[in-house]
Amino acid sequence: MAVPIHVAYVDGAPPRWSDAVLSGVADAFPNPVRAVPLPVDLTPSLVPSRGQHHATLVLATLLRHRPDTGAKILGIVAVDLFIPVLTFVFGQAQFDGPSAVVSTYRLRPEFYGMPSDEGLLVERVIKECVHELGHAFGLAHCAAYECVMHASTAVDSVDLKGAAFCRRCAGALEARGGA
Amino acid sequence: MSERRILIVDDELSVRSSLEGWFREDGFQVESAADGQAGLRAMAHGPFDIVLLDLKMPGMDGIALQKRIREIDPRATIIILTAYASVETAVEALKLGAYDYVTKPVDPDDLANLVRNALRSRALAEENVRLKQKVSELAPAEPILAVSPKMLHVLEMVRTVAETDSSVVIRGESGTGKELLARAIHAQSARRFFPLVAVNAGSLPETLLESELFGHEKGAYTGAQYRRKGKIELADGGTLFLDEIGDVTPKTQVDLLRVLETRRFTRLGGNQEISSDFRLVCATHTNLEQLMQEGRFREDLFYRINVFSIDVPPLRERPEDILPLTAFFVEKYARAMGKPALTVSADAEAVLLGHRWPGNVRELENAVERAMVVGRGPEIGVRDLPVTAQNGAADGPQPRSLEALEKEHIGRVLGECSGNVTRAARILGIDRATLYNKLRRYGLRR
Repeated sequence: MAVPIHVAYVDGAPPRWSDAVLSGVADAFPNPVRAVPLPVDLTPSLVPSRGQHHATLVLATLLRHRPDTGAKILGIVAVDLFIPVLTFVFGQAQFDGPSAVVSTYRLRPEFYGMPSDEGLLVERVIKECVHELGHAFGLAHCAAYECVMHASTAVDSVDLKGAAFCRRCAGALEARGGA
Repeated sequence: MSERRILIVDDELSVRSSLEGWFREDGFQVESAADGQAGLRAMAHGPFDIVLLDLKMPGMDGIALQKRIREIDPRATIIILTAYASVETAVEALKLGAYDYVTKPVDPDDLANLVRNALRSRALAEENVRLKQKVSELAPAEPILAVSPKMLHVLEMVRTVAETDSSVVIRGESGTGKELLARAIHAQSARRFFPLVAVNAGSLPETLLESELFGHEKGAYTGAQYRRKGKIELADGGTLFLDEIGDVTPKTQVDLLRVLETRRFTRLGGNQEISSDFRLVCATHTNLEQLMQEGRFREDLFYRINVFSIDVPPLRERPEDILPLTAFFVEKYARAMGKPALTVSADAEAVLLGHRWPGNVRELENAVERAMVVGRGPEIGVRDLPVTAQNGAADGPQPRSLEALEKEHIGRVLGECSGNVTRAARILGIDRATLYNKLRRYGLRR
C-alpha cells in the first residue's frame, strides 16, 4: 500500500491557500495526501544569534509529533530556516526518511521587494513541498531544469522549474514506493 | 555516469551532518571526517571529486591537511571552508593549490555554483589528459626514412612482425632508432588504438625499475604515499617497449618471466593479482647470447622474448641513407625553427658521407640541428658542422673505401676553393674534365 503523506501547517493557523497546496502535492504523488493539525512550538529551534530556525531541529520536532509512524510528514512553516553551514534553506528533508519541512519565508515575493502575489507564492510552495517530499522518498537532485527535483538555491530557479517530476524521476519514485 | 564523490572534513558535527545531507540530496556519495587524521584515513577510500576542508580544526589545521592531501592525490579539487575570514590564510590556501575558499555560513547559491564550477574544471582537466593520451595513440608514428637495401629489409621485417602478436627483440647500436622501430611496430599492429608504454631498463636501479614496471600499493616502501599503477598495467591492450633489456637484473628477469608466462602480476606491497594483455617489444645494444653464455641473462627469458629478432644496421654500414636523412632533418628543423630549408653544400655532403657516425642517426640529427642553428647562409657548409663530423677521420682507424676517401677529399678541396673547379683541379693534380667526371660520379655538383 502507498505510504500516506501528512501535511501540517506548523506555526499558526493554516492560510487560506492551504487547500491549493494540498491539491498541488496530491497532483504530484498518487499517495493519499491529507492535512493534519500539528500546533507545535518552534521556539526551541530558534537560534537567536542568527534570528533563524534550525531546520534539522524543526524536522526533529515534526518527527516527535508525527501522528502516524508509517507515514511521511511534511511541515510548512512561515519562519526562516537554516542549516549551520548555509545562510538559509528553502526546505529540508530526511533523505529517504519520514520527514520534510518547507519554509514560506523566502518564497514570498515581498521578501525580494516585490508586490505580494498569492498565486506565485502558492506555486512556489507547491514546488518546494513536492521537491522536499521527493528527497524524503529517496530522490536526489535532477539535472533536468524543468523537473521539480532540479536543485533550487535561489527563488528564480524555483520559478523556472515545473511542479511535476520528469519521466526519469517519476520512474525512480515509482520504484521506491512513492507511487 | 559514475557517482560523484565528496569528502567533508570539519570538526563541527552540525556542519558535517548539514553538508552530508545537502550533498547527498545533490546525488553525491559523501564521506566525512571530524579531524585531519580521520581525513587522511578517508583519503585511502579515494579518489574524491571534491574535498571540502575546514580551515580551523584542533590538531592538524586545514592548511597542513591540504598539503598532505596534495601529496596523496595531487589532482584533488580542494575547497576551503572556514568560519574565520582571513585574507592571509585564503591566499595561502590558494597558493597551495586550493580551488577556492568560502566563509561559513555560505549562500547556498554560491556553494552550488562553486561546486558546479569545480566539477566542470576537474572534468575539463581529466578530459584534457584523456585527449592528449588519445592524440598520442592516434598520431602517426614518425616516418622512418630509408633508401638503403639493408634498412628497407628492416622495414619489411617490421611490417611482417607488426601483424603478429609475437615478442620482438630489436638489436642495434645506440642511436640507430630502435625505439622508432618499436613505435612503428605498435603503429602498424592491431594494438595501435591502445597505449605504447616505454620503459628504459638501463636508466633505473632494480627497485625503481620493479616499481615502474609493476606499480606499488600505498606504503609498499618509504615514500610510497599513494597507490601507483605500473607500466605493465598501463600497457593493457597495447605494447610495452622495454629498452635496454640486457641491463635488467637477475631478480627482475625472474619477475618479468613470470608476467610473460601468466600475464598476471601483483603491485609491490599488494596481494591482488592484476592481469594485463600486452605485447612486448624489447631493445638492446648488447649481445644477449653472450650475456646468456656468461650466465648474466636467463635462457628461459631469452627464448620467451626473442621470438622475432630485428637487427638494425649502424649508419656507417648504410651510407646511402646519410644524405636523404640529412635532407629530412634539415626540413624538420627548418620547420621547427621557422627558417627556410637550407641546402647542404657539396663539400659538407662529402664530410657527412665520410664520417663514421659512431652515434648513428641520433648523432647525424644532432649535427644537422646544430648546423641549422649556427648556419647563416643559404646553404650548410663544412664550418657549420660540429667538430666531430668535420674531423671524422680523427675518430680512429676506420675501414673505409678508397672511393669514400676520394669523394671526401674532393669535396673538401672544392670547399676550400669556394667551388672553383679549375683551382681545385690544379690542387688535386688532375685536369678539369677528370674532376668534372668525378664530381658527377660522386654527386657533388648539382
